[in-house]
Amino acid sequence: MDKDKVDQVDRHECECACHGIAEGLIDRVDQIIDKHECEASSLIQVLLEIQSENHWLPKEALERVAERLQVPLTRIQHIATFYKAFSLVPKGRHGIHVCMGTACHVRGAQRVLDAVQDLTGIKPGETDLDLKFSLETVNCLGCCALGPVVEIDGKTHGKMAPAMVADVLKNYD
Amino acid sequence: MARINSSAELEEFRKDILSERDPNKPCISICAGAGCIASGASEVIAAFNAEIEKQGLKADVNTKGTGCPGFCERGPVVVIYPEEICYLQVKPEDVPEIVSQTIKEKKVVERLLYVDPNTGEKATRESDIPFYKNQERVIIGSNIKIDPKSIDDYLAIGGYSALDKALFQMTPAQVLEEVKKSNLRGRGGAGFPTGSKWEGSRNAPDEIKYVIVNADEGDPGAFMDRAVLEGNPHSVLEGLIIGAYAVGACEGYIYVRQEYPLAVENVNLAIKQAEEYGFLGKNILGSGFDFKVKVHQGAGAFVCGESTALMTALEGRAGEPRPKYIRSNIKGLWNRPSVLNNVETWANVPLIINKGADWFTQLGTESSKGTKIFSLVGKINNTGLVEVPMGMTLRDIIYKIGGGIPGGKKFKAVQTGGPSGGCIPEELLDLEVGFDELTRAGSMMGSGGMIVMDEDTCMVDVARYFLEFLTDESCGKCVPCREGIRQMLRILTNITKGKGKEGDIELLEELAETAKEAALCALGKSAPNPFLSTLKYFRDEYEAHIKEKRCPALSCKELIAFYIDPEKCRGCTTCSRKCPSEAIVGGKGLIHVIDQEKCTKCGTCFEVCPPRFRAVKKISGEPVPDPIPEEARTIVRGSKENE
Repeated sequence: MDKDKVDQVDRHECECACHGIAEGLIDRVDQIIDKHECEASSLIQVLLEIQSENHWLPKEALERVAERLQVPLTRIQHIATFYKAFSLVPKGRHGIHVCMGTACHVRGAQRVLDAVQDLTGIKPGETDLDLKFSLETVNCLGCCALGPVVEIDGKTHGKMAPAMVADVLKNYD
Repeated sequence: MARINSSAELEEFRKDILSERDPNKPCISICAGAGCIASGASEVIAAFNAEIEKQGLKADVNTKGTGCPGFCERGPVVVIYPEEICYLQVKPEDVPEIVSQTIKEKKVVERLLYVDPNTGEKATRESDIPFYKNQERVIIGSNIKIDPKSIDDYLAIGGYSALDKALFQMTPAQVLEEVKKSNLRGRGGAGFPTGSKWEGSRNAPDEIKYVIVNADEGDPGAFMDRAVLEGNPHSVLEGLIIGAYAVGACEGYIYVRQEYPLAVENVNLAIKQAEEYGFLGKNILGSGFDFKVKVHQGAGAFVCGESTALMTALEGRAGEPRPKYIRSNIKGLWNRPSVLNNVETWANVPLIINKGADWFTQLGTESSKGTKIFSLVGKINNTGLVEVPMGMTLRDIIYKIGGGIPGGKKFKAVQTGGPSGGCIPEELLDLEVGFDELTRAGSMMGSGGMIVMDEDTCMVDVARYFLEFLTDESCGKCVPCREGIRQMLRILTNITKGKGKEGDIELLEELAETAKEAALCALGKSAPNPFLSTLKYFRDEYEAHIKEKRCPALSCKELIAFYIDPEKCRGCTTCSRKCPSEAIVGGKGLIHVIDQEKCTKCGTCFEVCPPRFRAVKKISGEPVPDPIPEEARTIVRGSKENE
């Protein structure tokens, strides 16, 4: 019976916080959950799908998942913070992934990353205030022949050097 | 497509596929693996399709995007059958010439062939290229022949015949016996004998059992599992179904990282096709055996490659490892017996069943049988995936296949086994590659990453790099790993920044010992390996950092400085124009000087200084010479002969 109360509180908070923006999102979350037949063991798969469509996990979406899969919100938060694929904050328009795999590292990836940080003004894991770039480091994109590698919005830029970073970044706005 | 209901129907169907295929019809195979796509393979594929259409050859030639054949260095790779002509680094502009010359006229386009850098000889066929010639490609060799999205392609090269043999000519016990006899050991890291693992699960009393593919390949610099799963997903699936039959499992999982979207796509498609054809589902091939497979995407956590963490993640929770008082093949996923094997291990199974354990044991060494795929990367000429019989020496892999170190640099070490492995120095290059041999040398086989390092790589920095990676990936459940590795990283970072002090090495050794003894899972237990192996073979580098504040490899940023040799600078202004922090003072015909205050040590000047001058120097452990006075900076033309 306590659980019902908690649910009500959650739903109430949800109505306050997500007014408007979440309408379509919650419908979509429901569809994803239905696809996975409401199974609690599919929790990670459900979150991955929401992340891939929405690029981040808003609180309302997590609350909906908790409610429908009957999983405590704390556990969802544990998962959302444990795995790297999930983001609890909105992401920039362009995702920069600097490969820090071993092969890129020995070929000077750190200096490339330094150059990207200098130019964008953000550190790995951060998004700039204009929501233009989000910077992440990744451990091996699997194109070691081209190292050091920087991937932006899925396009791979190979054989990077610090001096090339500015030329690459200016193509994005 | 109707389900195939018997052994005879499968063979009938295979014959139909083969009879519809003309072995003499030209087929253009273009590598569509991640490495080649990054080098522009998609544009090449599009150009081929457009050109074939344009020249009206659509009915006479096939094109296919295939899995990775391994030679990433020279991608995009194009192989033209039936002649097996191999073109490297193909660009969309080359496509019209290839179509009109090779396809229409049957002539070879010489300029796109492989040229041996030592002899200048050209190699026309893929198998003539030294990179391939010295390999034994039993697993990855099929990649270039098949479209991973076509089950018919897999059937055409004899796919699912091992499953057919296992189901109709062997009992589960015989399958298990064959795998045990083959001495196949797990390709994911620890090298546990696969047969024993299966036997434990088979004999466990529980009715419900699971088989799982570990495709959470997280080692930085290793991508062979992805190449197999992307390029030939049915081979892994076939191995998994045979394994399920042997241990008596009726449900299987493929745990694949979401960072590999193409692998996820191809394996999902493969499962769908296998279900339609009757290789999965109820009553497989009419044998009465039922088995189904589900794909689970990992959400980005390195520790999930560990067996118990992976199973926890499969249950829909945060992937933290569990203590292994009882092995997971007895109590694993949902406390049921669960056989977890790596992608490459599963891909070996159909080969062992088809060709027999005796064939398999011919390859390899006494304790390590078969072949192993390595990803040969770093400071190496031929970056790529190489599959060699166990027991080949590191020297042969690096020099005969890998083509040695680029730029005439000196080899320093090769790092094997990923973050849990270690560095092997030059004096051990004749080491035969095998599970036990590598462990004895202080490293490990791991999943097969092989990162070559040359004289410019700082070994202290390499140890720091791996510990940084592991600190980030530690799940935080046990103290020795969560706190111990973090402290090791702090000390190592200080050393690379020139803040090392006497006693640091001893303290690191003590922390390493504790983590090795007390950590909960393999991630923590093996985390000190990168430090221990570099200390064992490169102690002098640690001491130079601590005592002399010098980085012998001239790599640690805080310990080096860039300096322009006034004798060699010819005032070409290249460096001052390229310097991102405007730290170089100079002008046309003036000797350039680096303002050490402004310099961010990005190394751009060092890279762009024309090789005929080589005026920019890196120095470490010594003070930067004073800049020459401004009045002496004018370069007198003609005074130097080399100008």
